[in-house]
Amino acid sequence: MYRYDSFDGAIVAQRVSQFRDQTRRFLAGELTEDEFRPLRLQNGLYIQKYAPMLRVAAPYGLLSSRQLRTLAHIGRKYDRGYGHFTTRQNIQFNWPQLADVPDILAELAEVEMHAIQTSGNCIRNVTSDHFAGVAGDELIDPRPYAELIRQWSTFHPEFAYLPRKFKIAVSAATDDRAATLVHDIGIQAVRDAGGDTGFRVLAGGGLGRTPIIGHVIREFLPRAEVLNYLDAILRVYNRFGRRDNKHKARIKILVKELTPEVFTREVEAEWARLEGGPGTVPDAEIERIAAFFVPPRYERLPGDDASFRAAVADNRAFSNWVKRNVFPHKVPGYAAVTLSLKKTGVPPGDATSDQMDAVADLADAYTFGEVRVSHEQNLIFADVRQSALLALWGELKDLGFATPNIGLLTNIVCCPGGDFCSLANAKSIPIAEAIQRRFDDLDYLHDIGELDLNISGCMNACGHHHVGHIGILGVDKNGAEWYQVSIGGTQGSAAALGKVIGPSFAANEMPDVIARLIDVYIERRHNDERFIDTVQRLGVEAFKERVYVSTH
Amino acid sequence: MSQLIKHRGVVEDDWTLLRDAVSLADVPASGSVLVPVALWLSARDALIARGDVGLWLHPGDDPAIIAGDLAQLLVVAVDFPQFTDGRGYSTARLLRDRYGFKGELRAIGDVLRDQLYYLQQVGFDAFAIRVDRGAEGALKGLDDFAGTYAPTVPEPRPRFRRRIEGPGDVWFPGA
Repeated sequence: MYRYDSFDGAIVAQRVSQFRDQTRRFLAGELTEDEFRPLRLQNGLYIQKYAPMLRVAAPYGLLSSRQLRTLAHIGRKYDRGYGHFTTRQNIQFNWPQLADVPDILAELAEVEMHAIQTSGNCIRNVTSDHFAGVAGDELIDPRPYAELIRQWSTFHPEFAYLPRKFKIAVSAATDDRAATLVHDIGIQAVRDAGGDTGFRVLAGGGLGRTPIIGHVIREFLPRAEVLNYLDAILRVYNRFGRRDNKHKARIKILVKELTPEVFTREVEAEWARLEGGPGTVPDAEIERIAAFFVPPRYERLPGDDASFRAAVADNRAFSNWVKRNVFPHKVPGYAAVTLSLKKTGVPPGDATSDQMDAVADLADAYTFGEVRVSHEQNLIFADVRQSALLALWGELKDLGFATPNIGLLTNIVCCPGGDFCSLANAKSIPIAEAIQRRFDDLDYLHDIGELDLNISGCMNACGHHHVGHIGILGVDKNGAEWYQVSIGGTQGSAAALGKVIGPSFAANEMPDVIARLIDVYIERRHNDERFIDTVQRLGVEAFKERVYVSTH
Repeated sequence: MSQLIKHRGVVEDDWTLLRDAVSLADVPASGSVLVPVALWLSARDALIARGDVGLWLHPGDDPAIIAGDLAQLLVVAVDFPQFTDGRGYSTARLLRDRYGFKGELRAIGDVLRDQLYYLQQVGFDAFAIRVDRGAEGALKGLDDFAGTYAPTVPEPRPRFRRRIEGPGDVWFPGA
């Protein structure tokens, strides 16, 4: 993974000093709440329902075992012994004290971490494919470009006070695991007719209050131009994005109001003035960064491991786990493993400090000391020998991280919701738990097959409910918590937004509602159709009838 | 007379900011003045004849409208109605990078210590700190960071070029 040079380290340390001074001035009454708010937000610090919430960046989801141990330590020392992994591949602490935050940032800086620009109206933590570097379907390794963009966006002086938050995702694989279609900017590696690698650029996608699939604004961008082009998009947005209404301030609204064609013309005109200029990225810099992402020292293995195959054949529980939680690796004899943070009864994405320490130890023992955070709020060991999978499975079961449900209904993506978040209209964690309990039977769960279920506690959509095969949105009806259900959303390369099936439901109705949707699917699915395929074939109506006839 | 941060120090500001001037009648006969851009555009020749004149831009003004006049202007100011309105940062970059403005570029309005570093990096070289806050205390804000990754006005070479070519000189406008 990327390691800081003296400059990278110096500015992170300076950020800690700067924020320590800002916090001191705020507590001394020298900065008003309105003056301090944007400053603390740009250091990941929200004021939540009960306490501040600190969001720490894991750039494009990458953590070393050492960094994970520091996060465990921070959870223990400054929080209540746990952390919450987020849909932006970051980690949040829900209970720190404001006055402690400068010390937390200083401890993070010791291990080359920070909370810079993890919230606020600025360029946020860049996200990418959690299987980067190991997936068989990738054109290039996206991580050097994600790191390049991380650096460019960090303290970019022109874009620190944008109309609204700004999220960039990079994907370099055929199967888009970085949700580039629903980001303010999506960057996809592509090859042109001559075989040169460059990027397709999308803009104006996003979820939230007004979900929109991003528009392709450039089919092929030479890779050296990536930062110039980003500068052009951000400048157009910074100058012309709406600032009169917070709910209309995202770039997607600008793209929509101008039309994608006019927006693209503006960007291209701006880029024409920047193209080839100082921001052009020399190959030497990409090579410098790429050197941090060279493949680890893999053993030369002949292919699939025989003992692993035998264990899969013998042991049904192990084979279920392999089927769901083990992802193929481009190197023979290796596999990538997803640690499910979606055990029934535990808030999705949560891990205790003890679990984090244990995961760090396992990362050192079973992989190359590296852990990744996925946007589905799970953890990943990218490089595990197949011959070690059975033993690793045993260890993960002891930790509670071996639930074989990746890609299944109970792998629920869920925001912290009304239990923690002051923006939420409704709780989301208890809904997730009630649904997980209802579908706790593993055979049934596996029979239902692939299904993404996403829950957001409000229309800000941190749980990405629009792109869930089943999406649940918490809404407020006269002060009571209700839940709106949509179906037919998908993430990935063919991302689509779900359709609302009808009026919302009370919390206690939700497991039944989901069960009825599943019943329709089970009864009417063709052969190997997934839930989403059946929804697409039948349309929303067939599902809607069942749900509402039975409940009303 | 209010205080101004300039040349990395605090100086007395001898320019008068005319926020509400709509016609030449609102402009005093002598003394250095910053006039609204609308007045400049409607009475440019008279103002040039008067001398000692600069103008100020709203955050939404396109700097292209004064691109041809920059040689006549000693000072261009950009207003920040709230410090969270970041449009002026792009205005500054365009004035410096695209239109080649070499005079004083001044940040006015809700200008505070915690934004000075970024303001300086996009090309501002004079900062009219909000009057209820001391300019002395704000000075430190100029030195919050050792640099940025992205190209800036004082240092047009991005960090990756400096990594390859060595540190080189840093040019601070107006320094």
